[in-house]
Amino acid sequence: MLTLTVSVSAQIAEKPEFGKFALTGATIHTVTGDIIESGIILVNGNYIEYVGHNPRITTDYIQLDYTGKHIYPGLIDAGTSLGLVEISAVPVTVDNRELGDFNPHMRAFTAINPNSVAIPVTRVEGVTTVVSNPASGLISGKSTLINLYGYSPDSMAVKEDVALYMNWPTGGRRGWWDQREESEIEEERKKALKELNDFWASAKFYDDMMETYTANPAGKTRPNNDPVMNGMRAVVKGDLPVIINVDRENDILAAIEWTKGYPHVTFILSSVAEGWRVADQIAESGLACLVGPILRTPARDHENYQRPYQNAGILHKAGVKIAIQTQQTENVRNLPFNAGYAATYGLGREEALRAVTINVAEIFGVADKIGSIEAGKLANLVVSNGDIFETVESIVQVFIAGYKLPMVSRHTLLHDEFLKRDVR
Amino acid sequence: MRYILTLILLLMVIHQGFAQTKGSVHIKNATVITVSGETLENTDVLVRDGVIRSIGANLQTPTGVSSVDASGKFLMPGIIDAHSHLAVTRGINESSHPVTAEVSMRDVINANDIGMYRALAGGVTTIHVMHGSANVIGGQGATIKLHYGETAENMLFPDAPRTIKFALGENPTRVHGQGAGVQPRTRMGVEQVVREYFDQAIEYRQKRNTYLAAKTAFDRNPRRAQAPQPVAKNLRMEVLADIIDGNILVHCHSYRSDEILMLMRVFNDYGIKNYTFQHANEAFKVAPELAKNGAMTSIFSDWWAYKFEVYYSTAYNAAILHNNGVINSINSDSPELIRHLNHEAAKAVRYGGISELDAIKMITLHPAIQLGVGDKVGSIEVGKQADFALWSTNPLSIYAIAEKTYVDGVLRFDRDNDADDMRLSVTASDSYDTFMTEAGRDHEACMHDVFEFFSEEQSANAGFWQQFMNR
Repeated sequence: MLTLTVSVSAQIAEKPEFGKFALTGATIHTVTGDIIESGIILVNGNYIEYVGHNPRITTDYIQLDYTGKHIYPGLIDAGTSLGLVEISAVPVTVDNRELGDFNPHMRAFTAINPNSVAIPVTRVEGVTTVVSNPASGLISGKSTLINLYGYSPDSMAVKEDVALYMNWPTGGRRGWWDQREESEIEEERKKALKELNDFWASAKFYDDMMETYTANPAGKTRPNNDPVMNGMRAVVKGDLPVIINVDRENDILAAIEWTKGYPHVTFILSSVAEGWRVADQIAESGLACLVGPILRTPARDHENYQRPYQNAGILHKAGVKIAIQTQQTENVRNLPFNAGYAATYGLGREEALRAVTINVAEIFGVADKIGSIEAGKLANLVVSNGDIFETVESIVQVFIAGYKLPMVSRHTLLHDEFLKRDVR
Repeated sequence: MRYILTLILLLMVIHQGFAQTKGSVHIKNATVITVSGETLENTDVLVRDGVIRSIGANLQTPTGVSSVDASGKFLMPGIIDAHSHLAVTRGINESSHPVTAEVSMRDVINANDIGMYRALAGGVTTIHVMHGSANVIGGQGATIKLHYGETAENMLFPDAPRTIKFALGENPTRVHGQGAGVQPRTRMGVEQVVREYFDQAIEYRQKRNTYLAAKTAFDRNPRRAQAPQPVAKNLRMEVLADIIDGNILVHCHSYRSDEILMLMRVFNDYGIKNYTFQHANEAFKVAPELAKNGAMTSIFSDWWAYKFEVYYSTAYNAAILHNNGVINSINSDSPELIRHLNHEAAKAVRYGGISELDAIKMITLHPAIQLGVGDKVGSIEVGKQADFALWSTNPLSIYAIAEKTYVDGVLRFDRDNDADDMRLSVTASDSYDTFMTEAGRDHEACMHDVFEFFSEEQSANAGFWQQFMNR
């Protein structure tokens, strides 16, 4: 009887609860501090108000007993296309690939669809926050960092423009269908690199010109406004970090060398499938890495089967600051499992957890808001039945910015409707 | 010199003839997930000549048989992937016609595919190598054991039933209707392609049999009768007629519930039983109908939304099917996912709360049943073939590592003896620098080899490739 009532009411859109909550009894994985057994978290509005053992809980707090459960900070995926792509095979729903090679003025923030069906599917599995990237050309546009609850990109954004996203000109093949001659690949790589260098030089020139003019316009002709170059100004000034998507050993080394030409800009390497081959050089460069997906096949036939699993651990041991990403759209929910494989193959559980929480927040400069369970941070919290990396342990409850979210998505609704289907 | 050469050649011939494909081993003190019965702690499994001979505590190690101390470790039946395109290089889709039943993956097995070693490293022992999904009735499959290091011949699963690929929905309508301008362009057209060819096959077999009988009579006594008008043998029709006669197991690529219902209606009309819907993202919507027809399913654990026909799907598919009494398996269709099907099975516990044993069945016994080899593999039982893997801990844990994988009692993967380069053959064209970027890590191969149907203009667009990178 009870099941029937639930399955019917699940078809009605539930609203999140918001206000004051006292989460009691759980093991709290703060990430930045100690693990707290049978601890208490107070949530007030959007924020965590208290984390510890003995708060004064006034009667206006709704008490939620999570005895025996585990509470983690909301997981953060350091690289996705969530919100930008709905169905990858249907081009009209793909909004992360603008035409052209140089699009620094494109903003992922603009095209985030708050009602993407994949968003609730993702958050009910414990991923509360993602970086969503534009992906095409050499300079793809600006990535955005969003919480996975809200009715507008504005209310979702932790940081509207969080980095410039760039694809390093690769000397590798794009896939098995890529039948170009080696010499052709090399020629195209060189050409792309030259275009990239020219573009950066122009951007620097444009910014200097605009600064000079703005500082003292008297007697000068106003330079023509260039929307593309305007998109680079924060970048060349060093105010916006740059993500460089790069995988191949030689490409990684070339990219590191290239970044030295722009010492005032913060660069972040992304994907780095072969980072393990050049871990020491990456460590020496001081660049952080967004590693992943972890669940990927080795890129070369002669490569050991475990390398993709081990990559994050090898980089960490070399001293590289790492975060983990899925580069996924509809299955960003597999982030904890990507971290779990990295943990198993050398990274360890503690570091793997950091790689999907505080490290991401630190790399993107938002560690004052998210990434750990601390008073004053946004209440992005995940209540799990057990170890958050274990596939068989399910998620009980998710809070985003203090909102206690209904644990429903297309996937749960279809389950509720069809588990015991009407015979017709 | 010539003698030595002859001797070498002779030894090679002998070696081929007596290929060592069966081994003996004594696994000691493991937690044995038998699948067919209870999970047994502190238990030994003794294998002689590729067959499980005894299961029990403190068994004696026969002379000449090596033993493995498996204390604290888990022994699970070898994982069986009912949907793979490994071991095939650029030959997955004979996409030149909507019906190509005559072709077979048995003819194109590439025994050197490194993907097989990587699958062994994930505890996989048997795979179903399938034709792609470009055609309504595609080619025949090959069930192979991962005897990595042997010839393609020696990999074929002995006495495994014949299988064939069917495909419904977007892929055949896109390749043939949209791409080549021939039926089917719609799901209506797909149904009629199946019916039209089945009818032809029935008529063909009847005529061919009549002719063969008449020919036999004529051959016996050429003077008494007139020579019959020959009816030529048609391989495509032979295979289709064999399907209708129940001699080939159908594995049908499908997604939407309506097309699943359609094929069950068609199969009921032609009396075809014992078939499996592959992918079947919307199977959960028609679980009672599947159960009623005895139809089986083989699905992804959680893939969805990569194309429109999987937009309305759910990761709870496996649990719903299971709870409605459908025999379901979880497959990879991918050189990546095949490396961790244990983890994919664990998702069936997460999404819908089925038992761990029921989840493990979905990657062992159930796919074995769907391939018609459930009496030979898929569980750890006395008399069954010794295909299993030793895991560092419960294989459904994210922290589990496959350490040793045995096929017919032969150790085919050993993490303690795992060189970086495990390729069997290197050609001059494999430059050291061959590296595939992200897009090249084609997770799914169902639509390989269909590109020639599209114009250069179409294929120059990055989004175009993207759609084929998907299932």
